Amino acid sequence: MSQMNTLLEVSGVSVSFDGFKAINNLSFQIGPAELRAVIGPNGAGKTTFMDIVTGKTRPDEGRVLFGEKSISLLSMSEAQIAQAGVGRKFQKPTVFEDQSVRENLMMALKAPRSWWSVLTFRTEKTHVARVSELAEEVGLLDQRDRIAGELSHGQKQWLEIGMLLAQEPRLLLVDEPAAGMTPEEREHTTDLLVEAAKTRAVVVVEHDMEFVRRLNCKVTVLHEGSVLAEGGLDHVTADPQVIDVYLGR
Amino acid sequence: MRKSFIAQNPSVLTFLLCLAAFTLGVSLLAEGFGVGLISTSFVKTLGKTLCLCLVAIAMDLIWGYCGILSLGHFAFFGLGGYMVGMWLMYARTEIIVERSLAQGVIPPTPQEVVDGIGSQIFGVVGSSEFPVIWMFSDSLTLQLLLVLLVPGLLALVFGWLAFRSRVTGVYLSILTQAMTLALALYLFQNDSGLRGNNGLSGLQNLPGVTAPQSAISLWFFWASALALALGYLLSAWVISGKFGSVIRGIRDNEARVRFLGYPVESFKLMLFTLTAMIAAIAGALYYPQAGIINPAEIAPIASIYLAVWVAIGGRGRLYGAVLGAAFVSLVSTWFTGGQAPDINLGFYTLQWVDWWQVILGLSFVLVTLFAPKGIGGLFDLLKRGDKA
Repeated sequence: MSQMNTLLEVSGVSVSFDGFKAINNLSFQIGPAELRAVIGPNGAGKTTFMDIVTGKTRPDEGRVLFGEKSISLLSMSEAQIAQAGVGRKFQKPTVFEDQSVRENLMMALKAPRSWWSVLTFRTEKTHVARVSELAEEVGLLDQRDRIAGELSHGQKQWLEIGMLLAQEPRLLLVDEPAAGMTPEEREHTTDLLVEAAKTRAVVVVEHDMEFVRRLNCKVTVLHEGSVLAEGGLDHVTADPQVIDVYLGR
Repeated sequence: MRKSFIAQNPSVLTFLLCLAAFTLGVSLLAEGFGVGLISTSFVKTLGKTLCLCLVAIAMDLIWGYCGILSLGHFAFFGLGGYMVGMWLMYARTEIIVERSLAQGVIPPTPQEVVDGIGSQIFGVVGSSEFPVIWMFSDSLTLQLLLVLLVPGLLALVFGWLAFRSRVTGVYLSILTQAMTLALALYLFQNDSGLRGNNGLSGLQNLPGVTAPQSAISLWFFWASALALALGYLLSAWVISGKFGSVIRGIRDNEARVRFLGYPVESFKLMLFTLTAMIAAIAGALYYPQAGIINPAEIAPIASIYLAVWVAIGGRGRLYGAVLGAAFVSLVSTWFTGGQAPDINLGFYTLQWVDWWQVILGLSFVLVTLFAPKGIGGLFDLLKRGDKA
């Protein structure tokens, strides 16, 4: 692996909406192959944090640097940030319901993104093979030709994770992947995320403590837009401040 | 590659065969070929209908596939007509002026010819000077290029401004209506350089061609059929494969496509411009068959009708757009052309010219509410019937 020990560095970031400070002097770092859970009560700024990293929201101040060359993500569009290697999974499964699993994965597959290269794109055997491989990884191999809208909730979540993996991002932001899943589905999802984090950075925003425990990784607790505590799950859950704002309720 | 593309899309081949059979059938029965079962004016109506089908395909691409409800594509259609109309009018007037001046004792100077053409064309708006925009009107090649370039450039600039500011949904529709209204109002002015509300006329006469209208009407009919076939093929190719996936993705969830790394704005801009150019080609073939173009053609309502055709035909499938445009515009011609007999109810006489609008509006509402797949949806029922 590379010498770099920080893939994403967010420092001193603040953003407010109509006077409300959604993010307040937030700093956050993650390494190139690391799994991290971000927890916090509602309104702690978890989603806004993801919006800032993916370019959906522009912060009022602060820096967001990415990769070995420490490029600033703040001057880039959503599409450019995605191309630079940041993938995002939304809380609600957002797959293209009108299209087949195969088409969804094919669209996400890493390839040039300009309209001209997409128009002249020709599906090669390697692409087909890669799509099958991804479908297998997320357990949808025999569902490849189904329309995504017909899949179950859990399958849609996996398809979306599959699409993220297809993008081959270096940083994966995952918003509540286990919401609405059955226990078996959760287990499969945990495996997928742990596996993915072996080769890339994965940030999981989650409410469910049991799920976070299973991820068995470093945890960052957000509160009122900044980091309240960071460390192992047992460490942060023992923190009196954390208990006070989040766990004690 | 082409072979596999057709193989993957059997409906394209079916459509092309149907179109070929239709073209052949009409040609054989047309007045121009001697059988004469189909009158010249009806050949023109059918030729114009094919052009409307082509612009409907453009509308289906941008609305049905990419989700951009443009209510301004008839502006591009009309502009295409104006561009080809300028050459038709110039070249024909030139012949007339040269002929009349040749009867004088002294041969006319080139300046006299140009002045003569100018006063012939612009006399109705009280001018005899050629406006700057007519500078290429003596060249067919250049005017044909302008058929693509003028509407294409308008779409590019308009689209760039609108998409860059992320104007979407109903706001974009309103903007496109404003665009076509502004263009129509501008062209209505006498000093717009395109003869104000008189528009361009006499376009059915091909300069220097002595063939009768019965033959010319067939040429344009064939050209329209060919343009429709090529437009259909191009559109089917564009929406197949990954590009089609991405634009349907933009229709269903624009933000998600952006997070996949696709520059959504440039995809929209490209498609908007492409469809504007397809619409322009359709218009350039339509107006020589109609004979006249004036600013009323690009009034906002025209573009709304276009959306109605596509909705009734079934958006999101190319043959749906073609069926909708053909069916609705032909029925409309029948009802508004005076062929449909009025119905005397005793206390009230039902005149179809007026009531057709009501029926059209009602069927639009009913289709939208109860059959969102439109006429094209019937084919799904047939397919299901096959499997059962």
